[in-house]
Amino acid sequence: MSGKAQTIEKVREFTDEKYKYGFVTDIETESAPKGLSEDIVRFISAKKDEPEWLLESRLKAYRHWLTMPDPEWQKPNFPPIDYQDSYYYSAPKSVGDGPQSLDEVDPEILKTYEKLGIPLFEQERLSGIPIAVDAVFDSVSVATTFKAKLEESGVIFCPISEAIQRCPELVKKYMGSVVPYTDNKHACLNSAVFTDGSFVYIPKGVKCPMELSTYFRINAENTGQFERTLIIAEEGSYVSYLEGCTAPMRDENQLHAAIVELITMDDAEIKYSTVQNWYPGDAEGKGGIYNFVTKRGLCKGKNSKISWTQVETGSAITWKYPSCILQGDNSVGEFYSIAITNNYQQADTGTKMIHLGKNTTSRIISKGISAGKSDQMYRGLVRMGPKAVGARNYTQCDSLLVGDQCGAHTVPYIETKNKSAVVEHEATTSKINEEQLFYLRQRGIPTEKAIALVVNGFCREVLQQLPMEFAVEAQKLVEISLEGSVG
Amino acid sequence: MLEIKNLHATVSGKEILKGINLTVNAGEVHAIMGPNGSGKSTLSYVISGKDGYEVTEGQILYNGIDLTEMEPEIRAAEGVFLAFQYPVEIPGVPNVTFLKEAVNAVRRHRGEDELDAMQFVKMIKAKTEELGIAKDMLKRAVNVGFSGGEKKRNEILQMAVLNPKLAVLDETDSGLDIDALKIVSDGVNQLRSDERAILVITHYQRLLDHIVPDFVHVLAHGRIQRSGGKELAFELEEKGYAEYGVAAE
Repeated sequence: MSGKAQTIEKVREFTDEKYKYGFVTDIETESAPKGLSEDIVRFISAKKDEPEWLLESRLKAYRHWLTMPDPEWQKPNFPPIDYQDSYYYSAPKSVGDGPQSLDEVDPEILKTYEKLGIPLFEQERLSGIPIAVDAVFDSVSVATTFKAKLEESGVIFCPISEAIQRCPELVKKYMGSVVPYTDNKHACLNSAVFTDGSFVYIPKGVKCPMELSTYFRINAENTGQFERTLIIAEEGSYVSYLEGCTAPMRDENQLHAAIVELITMDDAEIKYSTVQNWYPGDAEGKGGIYNFVTKRGLCKGKNSKISWTQVETGSAITWKYPSCILQGDNSVGEFYSIAITNNYQQADTGTKMIHLGKNTTSRIISKGISAGKSDQMYRGLVRMGPKAVGARNYTQCDSLLVGDQCGAHTVPYIETKNKSAVVEHEATTSKINEEQLFYLRQRGIPTEKAIALVVNGFCREVLQQLPMEFAVEAQKLVEISLEGSVG
Repeated sequence: MLEIKNLHATVSGKEILKGINLTVNAGEVHAIMGPNGSGKSTLSYVISGKDGYEVTEGQILYNGIDLTEMEPEIRAAEGVFLAFQYPVEIPGVPNVTFLKEAVNAVRRHRGEDELDAMQFVKMIKAKTEELGIAKDMLKRAVNVGFSGGEKKRNEILQMAVLNPKLAVLDETDSGLDIDALKIVSDGVNQLRSDERAILVITHYQRLLDHIVPDFVHVLAHGRIQRSGGKELAFELEEKGYAEYGVAAE
């Protein structure tokens, strides 16, 4: 057996172990009955003790959803989803009527987050800046750290279910204002059955004193997670927010359909980073999360900025296009993306930059790495509206192929209704360079590690956009995601 | 240290090496000289195990172990180093990251503890100072935007850091002006030791003014045609490779 074959064999042996977040937490849960109906929507709303207007809005979305066909324009192939074969609400029993203080959280859940490396305790990190965490476990938020400290500066960071009770006007005003329930089928479903997620409000002139993050964990079997995140940055404010996602290894596909809405007023900035590591399925393509997410930011005010950075390594299927509507004059939208697919994973991802205001600018840097038998699509829309005088976009889209059984595709859509707008698009597709690999191997670096190094170098421009601590994590993730890709 | 016996090798089905015999002991510096197309670079790739260079007959014994079936990274970890004629650019990977990966991969192979960030920085700092290499070279992406001289110096730095037992220098003088040649040669000379064997592959004698070999071999038509002391290099410089059936270029 050649060394290369040995490596592959070795990797196979460890395939089931390589997704180290694949464990299940054994706790008692309370679930809604299986399936989807108006009663389930009412059940969820009642669980959260929601006001009447929200129940009405959920029901409206649900009724509309029933009329919508499944989207068919995307590249990934998968059998039709049986929406009745899933649970739409599942919560650890110990959570009772809502999130508690940290010392009341079930020790099993605390242990889970410890195992995942998420600090659910309010401790200054060695690196200096503390990170506030909202932990969402299946359908509920189980803990939020540093809430009190953040509130000293007027920042609200809490589960959205809590925000609905505490500041209903804000939620009512902004939820659905960027992603209406009619937007697409998955967003519509989310609008009907969303359970939890994070709410962030940064008041005028405040620079959020710490990084905020939400950690999504799907634990229960056959359960969909439908989270909803809403971030509002008032005039002149700034916040950096990060989300992470993992799930146990299971043979069935599980649905995750989220909505994230961001709003920036004049001179405000939101930096939103994602490290998505949902269970990708096994080496034969069995199981894994369907990650169907609608993320959109509205640069409402002038000179405001929204920056999306995503590292997408998990999920059986990824379908997401974090977008910016550049409404305010001089507003800026950015999209930095790394998507890695291996084995049978499929990803259809990209962004939309909708330029409405004058002198708006957007920048898209997308790095796609396909390995194994995976298939990847970059899909990006740049639209220059009639009033977007002097608007500019720059798009760079690079694909790297590892092996000869994977695919990479690039579909840019460019629409311009303004003669003064400038749109630039650059795209490359290349195979991983054998000379580079030999050079690294000649220095003692094993093939898989060598591939990871080359790929990390290929993605560097995007990795640098991540908050430092997460950049280190993301680099490791790049390496893990490519295991078994040689052959 | 290195014992090559009746080595035949093909590239894309074409036989390039046609029965090489060569013995190199620890502490010795051997020069392989030959015209273009004689198989010099092929020999260096066959020793280091590049894909596509197939050994069809013979053996490459390294401390008594046959290398021919070994993966390149294992050969490297066992102490075989190739200084590339054309060092490869790796965009986005800082030189220091690459060196740390390499050092720790080799240490893991040897069953030694990996160096942590602090230990590594200390070690690399000492090495760059010894070799007179500017520190900014560590921060830049591997060989990207390096001048010819910087690339070759980077090869020597890697050699110093990895501390190989057998170093093969493939056309290290190519693309260097006389000053750069001197700096690179000084680096190599610093790394000469009783425990290390060095194989210098070159077209021209001028490199051997700086790195003085113990033995010189003439490679032509895939075979070693003649072996001798360092004076053989001067003779070649004067007479060319014509007597080995190779027309002057």
